[in-house]
Amino acid sequence: MQIKVLGTGCKNCKQLLENTKKACSELSSDAEILYITDYLEIAKTGLMRTPGLMIDDKIVSFGKVPTSDEIIKLINNAL
Amino acid sequence: MIIEIFSWLNNQLLKMTWLENIVNWFFKDVIAIDTDSLLYKAITFFFYDVFKIFILLSILIFISSYIQSYFSPERTRKILKNFKGIWANIIGALLGTVTPFCSCSSIPIFIGFTKAGLPIGVTFSFLISSPLVDLASVILLASIFNWQIALAYVVVGLLIAIIGGTLISVFKMERYVEDFVTAKLDNQSNIADIEIYQMTKKERVSYAIDQVKEIIQKVWLYILIGVGIGAIIHGFIPQTWIETVLGSNNPFSVILAALVGIPMYADIFGTLPIAEALVLKGVGIGTVLAFMMAVTALSLPSIIMIKKVIKPQLLFMFVGLVTLGIIVMGYLFNIFGYLLM
Repeated sequence: MQIKVLGTGCKNCKQLLENTKKACSELSSDAEILYITDYLEIAKTGLMRTPGLMIDDKIVSFGKVPTSDEIIKLINNAL
Repeated sequence: MIIEIFSWLNNQLLKMTWLENIVNWFFKDVIAIDTDSLLYKAITFFFYDVFKIFILLSILIFISSYIQSYFSPERTRKILKNFKGIWANIIGALLGTVTPFCSCSSIPIFIGFTKAGLPIGVTFSFLISSPLVDLASVILLASIFNWQIALAYVVVGLLIAIIGGTLISVFKMERYVEDFVTAKLDNQSNIADIEIYQMTKKERVSYAIDQVKEIIQKVWLYILIGVGIGAIIHGFIPQTWIETVLGSNNPFSVILAALVGIPMYADIFGTLPIAEALVLKGVGIGTVLAFMMAVTALSLPSIIMIKKVIKPQLLFMFVGLVTLGIIVMGYLFNIFGYLLM
């Protein structure tokens, strides 16, 4: 599984990255977490509200910072 | 009768005269500060404004976020594609007032709109009006000044956005967007396929509460600094100083206010108390509004950010048009503003 955290480097995006790491370690998942800050890369996904979260190239959350519990649910849904 | 009820509600709920009375009573009768002293003036201004702004702000952000939850950028983009010419600019400016986004999303929105084929001018109408006009700041303006000024502010803000965006289209400025923004993607179907998710009522409420927390967390310091500066101006700075620099004696006051405000990065809620104190000291309403608009519409960080996606020609035009609009607005308000007081 590949998880992408998309954001232009503002506070919210960094928080999302933290929450995602926490969720993965709670699930003891070996998912690969990528932090994408490049505008072009973000634009390519069609995302307009950062921060965004992608699991295996599908956008599962955008425009808000989900808690680590919410991210666990999103990961489980994607499985 | 109806007018009396409205003015009572306006005074109690919006201007919070009850709060002013409590603050005055507390410092006059409990702490026993001389009511003629400069300290009394400054300290009552500070506490009344801090409480008033935080109470109003929390309520207003809740209401406006609830409304905003119906207007996502994805939906705005879809609506805008149905309009042509100046109508697209007008609708873009109007949607800018209700579509939520944090300033760090302005680049993804710019790219998202442009890639979907919206004219650059329409996107700029949206991006100019978005920070300039929103429900919370309008109600706060009505609370601190009056409804006439608040409504005039909205109209002027929208006009700057509509005219600015239209001129950017007229001069075909889309030439000056960085190539990677307009370049077609390998996989076009990727774009715009985020499902427009319908929130439930409960989710909208929790979104609105989250927004209140997030925005208060972001702006509380600016508000305290703003009110602090306002209180110092109100209590300690002699009226004659302020009148010489920013008053009607100085024909360049509006230009000065705009140029000082542009690079500043602050929140409109932080600038309101400064504006209030300046007006109480006899500074023209146009000068004060020019300062507020300059602070909110443009800032050094936002200019640096937008520079990454547009070329210098378009950047100069964008900053120039907004600055010019603000300055013209300022002089008009100084000349005709007495009609609104």
